[in-house]
Amino acid sequence: MSGVPIGIVRFPGTNCDQDVFDAVAAIDGARPVWLWHKETELAGVRGLVLAGGFAYGDYLRAGAIARFSPIMERVIAFARSGGPVLGICNGFQILTEAGLLPGALMRNAGLRFVCREQWLRVDSTATPFSRHFREGQLVRFPVAHGEGNYVADDATLDRLEGDGRVVFRYADSTGETGPLANPNGSARNIAGIADERGNVVGLMPHPDRAMSLLVGSEDGRGVFRGLLEAAA
Amino acid sequence: MTARVEVFVQLKDGMLDPQGKTLEHALEALGYAGVEDVRVGKWITFAVDGDSHEEIGRRVDEMCRRLLANTVIERYSYELAEDGR
Repeated sequence: MSGVPIGIVRFPGTNCDQDVFDAVAAIDGARPVWLWHKETELAGVRGLVLAGGFAYGDYLRAGAIARFSPIMERVIAFARSGGPVLGICNGFQILTEAGLLPGALMRNAGLRFVCREQWLRVDSTATPFSRHFREGQLVRFPVAHGEGNYVADDATLDRLEGDGRVVFRYADSTGETGPLANPNGSARNIAGIADERGNVVGLMPHPDRAMSLLVGSEDGRGVFRGLLEAAA
Repeated sequence: MTARVEVFVQLKDGMLDPQGKTLEHALEALGYAGVEDVRVGKWITFAVDGDSHEEIGRRVDEMCRRLLANTVIERYSYELAEDGR
């Protein structure tokens, strides 16, 4: 199989790995590559996705133990060298625990696991994963999580907003980002953020589950196209 | 020496604790008036060997910062006791 190799990291308990594999495979020119968490090399991949699920059963805190898996040293080095890294759902939680993204994901404010279609407003197009959208564009990705309530101190939130690092916000179908559109109590309706350079992005919603109109949305394709371009 | 360690992890003050809030309402529903500020935390226990109380304390503190607590949202405290087994 030819194409730019994109690594999909699997921990024990990851369960969206196949969705991400199929999403990457659906983009012409990209080649998905499995990476088991025990690996200590990245096998030459040019981009990385940390998929959703419940790595290590979410024991202690979501992502807390996965963050110390052997492969994470390589993931951190790859991110620091500017390589594109996307963390979806549990992958986002792991990236915050690893310190690659600021803040933390807490238990949903309503205490319920939330599983639904969700509108998001694209607030920054300055990352590889959002460059195919327009600023202010509404996209629809499903959410499915119990711990997606993004928190950070006010100074961090102000800095994220000031630097244009809030990439996606929970919105309603008109683009309003008020509390009614917020599925989990996230600070300032934040659904996804970027690191300082923009090459690392984490988000709770699932672009990997929005790859076909057959399941309600193909808005996720732009995310994976952007990943491929940054990796190529 | 071997120490018995108890680590307590709790959400920082000011962090919304929806579990605590739910318990508070449940206690109220059971007729316990005047209960407030219910917080739910974690209690982690283990035994660990080390040279001295101080040395073990330093390592336990590091364990808390690196893994047992996420200091972005949580605070921790711990107690050491000589293992009497």
